[in-house]
Amino acid sequence: MQHMTKLEHLEAQSIYILREAYREFKSLVMLWSIGKDSTVLAWLARKAFFGHLPIPFVHIDTNFKIPEMIEYRDRLALEWKVNMIVGQNTDALKLKNTFPDGKVDRIACCKALKTEALKHTLAGDWPRKRLNLEKGEYEIDKNTEPYTGVIVGVRADEEGSRSKERYFSPRDLNNDWDIGDQPPELWNQFKTDFAPGTHLRIHPLLDWTELNIWEYIEKENIPITSLYFDKGEGKRYRSLGCYPCTTPVESTAKNVAEIVEELRTGKFTNIAERSGRAQDKEDGGGLETLRADGYM
Amino acid sequence: MNQETREQMNVVIVGHVDHGKSTLIGRLLADTGSLPDGKLEAVKENCRKTSKPFEYAFLLDALKDEQSQGITIDTARCFFKSETRDYIIIDAPGHIEFLKNMITGAARAEAAMLVIDAHEGIKENSKRHGYMMSFLGIKNITVCVNKMDMVDYDEKIFEDIKKEYSEFLDEINLIPLHFIPISARDGENMTETSSMMPWYKGVNVLDALDYFKKALPNYAKDLRFPIQDIYKFTSQGDDRRIFAGRVESGSIRKGDDVVFLPSGKKSKVTSVEGFNISETNEAFAGQSSGVCLDTQIYLRPGEIMCRADQRLAHVSRKIKVNIFWMGKQPFVKNKNYKLKIATTQVPVVLSEIISVLDASELSSIANKSQIDRHDVAECVLETLKPITFDDVNHIAETGRFVVVDNYEIAGGGIIIAPVFEGASQLTEHIKKREFSWERSDITPEKRGFKYQHKSALIVITGETNVGKIDIAKALEEELFKLGKFTYFLGISNEFLTRGANANDKTINKLQHLQQLGELAHVMTDSGLILITSVSDVDVYEIEMLKSLNRPNKTFVVNVGDNQLAGEGVDLQLGEKEKSDVGVRKIVDLLLKSILVDPDYSI
Repeated sequence: MQHMTKLEHLEAQSIYILREAYREFKSLVMLWSIGKDSTVLAWLARKAFFGHLPIPFVHIDTNFKIPEMIEYRDRLALEWKVNMIVGQNTDALKLKNTFPDGKVDRIACCKALKTEALKHTLAGDWPRKRLNLEKGEYEIDKNTEPYTGVIVGVRADEEGSRSKERYFSPRDLNNDWDIGDQPPELWNQFKTDFAPGTHLRIHPLLDWTELNIWEYIEKENIPITSLYFDKGEGKRYRSLGCYPCTTPVESTAKNVAEIVEELRTGKFTNIAERSGRAQDKEDGGGLETLRADGYM
Repeated sequence: MNQETREQMNVVIVGHVDHGKSTLIGRLLADTGSLPDGKLEAVKENCRKTSKPFEYAFLLDALKDEQSQGITIDTARCFFKSETRDYIIIDAPGHIEFLKNMITGAARAEAAMLVIDAHEGIKENSKRHGYMMSFLGIKNITVCVNKMDMVDYDEKIFEDIKKEYSEFLDEINLIPLHFIPISARDGENMTETSSMMPWYKGVNVLDALDYFKKALPNYAKDLRFPIQDIYKFTSQGDDRRIFAGRVESGSIRKGDDVVFLPSGKKSKVTSVEGFNISETNEAFAGQSSGVCLDTQIYLRPGEIMCRADQRLAHVSRKIKVNIFWMGKQPFVKNKNYKLKIATTQVPVVLSEIISVLDASELSSIANKSQIDRHDVAECVLETLKPITFDDVNHIAETGRFVVVDNYEIAGGGIIIAPVFEGASQLTEHIKKREFSWERSDITPEKRGFKYQHKSALIVITGETNVGKIDIAKALEEELFKLGKFTYFLGISNEFLTRGANANDKTINKLQHLQQLGELAHVMTDSGLILITSVSDVDVYEIEMLKSLNRPNKTFVVNVGDNQLAGEGVDLQLGEKEKSDVGVRKIVDLLLKSILVDPDYSI
């Protein structure tokens, strides 16, 4: 009998959290950004539920995502039979109140296209599109019930404020996060009792590092978008987002194994993973400001 | 070393406020080159701009509030590698105000470094945190005596603290692996041996981390597999009925005979399930898994699966525990709380306080009638239904619990032993009720003579949608036609417990049954034959309902196959049985017991 490996421990804990969430909360969704972390999360959900995905996935389409991401999303959604829901801030896009259109700064753009779109998609007061798995097309979803529990693939090693998260983290009606007064979590007992109106974030990947994520993708052979790989130009994306605000890093890693090797040898040890994400750099505490306001 | 099989360890840094926990971590990260490029420079630059002296702690205190107040508010995790291991270093706040954050951090840890300020000496939270480590079951401890630079690297000061603190740890059965004199700020004895303290011959902080030992996994112990949920994804063409959960200790394999507690139901494992795994015949401690069984047994999440050939877990309604309280409101008697242990949730009351301890002094506080915030107490708790558990020293995973007060986790505790003596809360309640009940002059005999029958509660049980309500209504009509004094109470669980937390099925059910029991007692006391139906109840719940309805008679009529499995059932009906046949059988049963000639004597 051998010891469980680090990855097996991480996997077992994430599955445990997913199952707790599914048992305790009915109006639950999982946020799928198409990136490596939330795709690993989706894979872990298939593990937790023995090949099934009983929790709907929500994707917020900013309309500025790198096109391959959307193509990859729909291909995988059909293959894995994902109950796929897509939301968008169509008003802001129509009025061109975006950073790429030059009307607002990056932070305001993130707030409108991601935070606002997410809030209203979850609340159900903006139209949601749902993927019809038989036709392979998106249709307006008739269900407008609010989703009050959101499973998110954030990791503690990404950034300071994320290092202080709980596995089960309550937010109030405005999605505000009271960082100073978070509930205790002891011995796998999480806060699962809530006053009506509480919104909840669930973070099954909190203890994973960027390297763990790639090691796991390699171990489990999880399909991942090719944007993470160098296609001969000596560049690849390390963190995915909207194309106007995301820059690739210099790297010649062409596949998962090479990325794992690259991270292990410490090429990026001293460079923040989200360094290619421009919005973090605004205002000193960019991501904390965004997150306290409902950004994931 | 193979990267994937490298060990990972969670280490928490604890100690009194301002004794330098964040500084220790910041310095460790900086000296081992674990910080992102430019992070150190950026923090230094920020300090220059705001005219604050630079501190290594600023590297950790990521929140704006923490930086401006200069204290750690919440636990942070940082990732760091030594030659041999990957570490998650958990920075816990030292301020008493944030004790629950510290506990959250420490409960995730396998080892602890306790920091004491050489200049200030041992403070209340140095002791309280030490005590909490012992409470949380963390045996791997190293003590760092920090700020040695402020006491001129004086060996005597270090030795005095070491002596005093060792004595304290000894009282709570903790033996630290090392005592290290350090100056985190100046990097003395952090990653290299300090030249400032030639009198110290021991290890430095970095080495001390690697000396912590991983606990052995629970493979060899008795199986404890708390049922987290039961899945059947029939709509997706999957007929497996999977009992999902994490193996908390021991191992389970195909063919094992198993016992579920507290219900005592037995079955055999036909398969161990998983997705994208190669080995599907067994699962070990630590793995999140699932099993299929060879019999169709009905269970709710929360039961613990044990192996029939091993020592079973305890089942009891009373437990002797050690608890620490974090709630804003004190923990008091005569109030309903919720207890969560493994995957079970159950109403609980504080039934006896044995002693309350001041954890910063290890002194008992005499005659307390409540347990206040930050108190540690030995007490007896009583749950409304039996729970399954272990002595924490036997299997920690099933020997720890939390208490929820008004949506918040307000206490955490460890179970010392089951308590078997003494009356239960329910019998006490019924005794009190009988005492304060002013009985009518019309005796049950007089009523029986008048109505030509004794009173009774008839509970129709079974899974949802097996026709319970149809039978109940048809029975009411039949008895009514026969001239009996009868009433069908068609009230749903949802209605009686409206306002309660909708997520909480088990607790809702118990509250519903309690209210139903009280209501039934009043109505049957009036001489009525009361008919009602409840879905998905277990033996304990039926027993509770019967107790509450006493001294009046309760009949349980069960429809179809379910978790009662015949226990406590007076009449069993088939699921396909027509309601008129069912009604006939019930009336026959009643004829034998309550619809007798009025000349009966009692």
